[in-house]
Amino acid sequence: MNAPAYNFAYLDEQTKRMIRRAILKAVAIPGYQVPFASREMPMPYGWGTGGVQVTAAILGPDDVLKVIDQGSDDTTNAISIRKFFAKTAGVATTTATTEATVIQTRHRIPEAPLHAGQVLVYQVPIPEPLRFLEPRETETRRMHALAEYGLIHVKLYEDIARFGHIATSYAYPVKVNARYVMDPSPTPKFDNPKMGNCPALQLFGAGREKRIYAIPPHTTVVSLDFEDHPFTPYRFDAPCALCGAGDAYLDEIVTDDNGSRMFVCSDTDYCESRQAAGHRGSESAAPHKERAHG
Amino acid sequence: MADVQRETQCDQPLLVAEGLSKSYGRLAACRDVSFTLYPGEVLAIVGESGSGKTTLLQMLSAQLASSAGHVSYRMRDGVLRDLNSLGEAERRFLFRTDWGYVHQDPAQGLRMAVSAGANVGERLMAVGWSHYGRIRDAASSWLERVEIDTARIDDAPRTYSGGMRQRLQIARNLVTEPRLVFMDEPTGGLDVSVQARLLDLMRNLVSELGLAAIVVTHDLAVARLLSHRVMVMKGGEVIETGLTDQVLDDPHEPYTQLLVSSILPP
Repeated sequence: MNAPAYNFAYLDEQTKRMIRRAILKAVAIPGYQVPFASREMPMPYGWGTGGVQVTAAILGPDDVLKVIDQGSDDTTNAISIRKFFAKTAGVATTTATTEATVIQTRHRIPEAPLHAGQVLVYQVPIPEPLRFLEPRETETRRMHALAEYGLIHVKLYEDIARFGHIATSYAYPVKVNARYVMDPSPTPKFDNPKMGNCPALQLFGAGREKRIYAIPPHTTVVSLDFEDHPFTPYRFDAPCALCGAGDAYLDEIVTDDNGSRMFVCSDTDYCESRQAAGHRGSESAAPHKERAHG
Repeated sequence: MADVQRETQCDQPLLVAEGLSKSYGRLAACRDVSFTLYPGEVLAIVGESGSGKTTLLQMLSAQLASSAGHVSYRMRDGVLRDLNSLGEAERRFLFRTDWGYVHQDPAQGLRMAVSAGANVGERLMAVGWSHYGRIRDAASSWLERVEIDTARIDDAPRTYSGGMRQRLQIARNLVTEPRLVFMDEPTGGLDVSVQARLLDLMRNLVSELGLAAIVVTHDLAVARLLSHRVMVMKGGEVIETGLTDQVLDDPHEPYTQLLVSSILPP
């Protein structure tokens, strides 16, 4: 017994093989939730234990890792996962979307288009799209197996009956490869169209629920809707206050307690690279000037 | 031509049960039940608690595997098929299109947390309807037919009274125009005036739509009002069968006589 005390990318090789087998099956059956033996990770459930395990299983020494949390590279969750892999795998990390080969994300797809060879790893809290309508796991599995998806429209029907339009704004159900209905994790529905025909591989890991599923490159992904209430992506109708982008998904930031707010890009890398290219929004700081004191 | 075809279809049985038995170890819940049901016919299964009525209904509706015997059903294409030979997908499809199942407890047959409109529309969405306006129109016309105020279409059934829930359950089942409806004590737990209204409604719907129905009940009044034929069960066996009036007015078996005489005279 002379196994090393620590293994590359935290998980032991047997575990990684198990996860890779689940990933291969998930890629072979797009949108199908593959059960896997999820491990305890050194972080609480809900912080991305599923995504971290998928990332650990696919990471190689040459990979460049980017981690985002709600589009942002610099929140606690994103920074700690990035540091975790920098320490346990020694891989290069980046915040630039185009330079990364593996991007682990919580709830956003980067604004910059992904390219072939990249892998997008989603952290998923609840993988089952039918969960809140049908509490029995045995029943939902059977419904997936038999492609009985009438129930998912019941949810959309309820939205329209109650609010007059489909008010589901995140975790918007999609049909993958014209077969499985899938919960795209709580990404805003603004990002749904980016999933379809994407050149990058998309992997979804749910640690607590012990499921892995995938969208292989160039797969059709259709957001479900009604003929008379078609799917519409949603974003705040404003330009980014920092970089002026009119096409990016925005976060709303409350600036005081009198109702003032500003809208800024949720994708920090996109926003910063636009600012570096000279784009300016309404709230951008003026070029820095020394102020005379006294 | 169409009439001729229809007539010949009416001459052919819709559902055939042959030698149905179910035993749990040494306990025989249901023994050697055979009958045929024709389109548009309403059959009542009566008997006391524990006589095997519900077991029989579950076997007929393919929810419970029988220990012996089999059930055949004439599909919409006119072919009589053994229910055991159907795949699970076909069986479930049958269950939500060509069949209806009215539970005694509406909470089992309804989704209590979603609106009445969605409850009625669910079967339509399950067979591929994807036009919200049309689904809603169908739902509200069905609510009207079962005498529920259409203003309450967006309310969840948990805000409904017991009688309304039962009527909603019927609407939910009939929206896909099934040819056969199973009912398990449809009036159980309702007060007498609500029962009368519900029975009246069911009788009208059954005759309007030409439904065949199998009604399980311990209430002979329900059997008399709704059904054409009656099967009396005791201890898992059918002891007497015949036209409703014949069985209830001139019972032959001692048990049936007891059952009939135990109704309080009006």
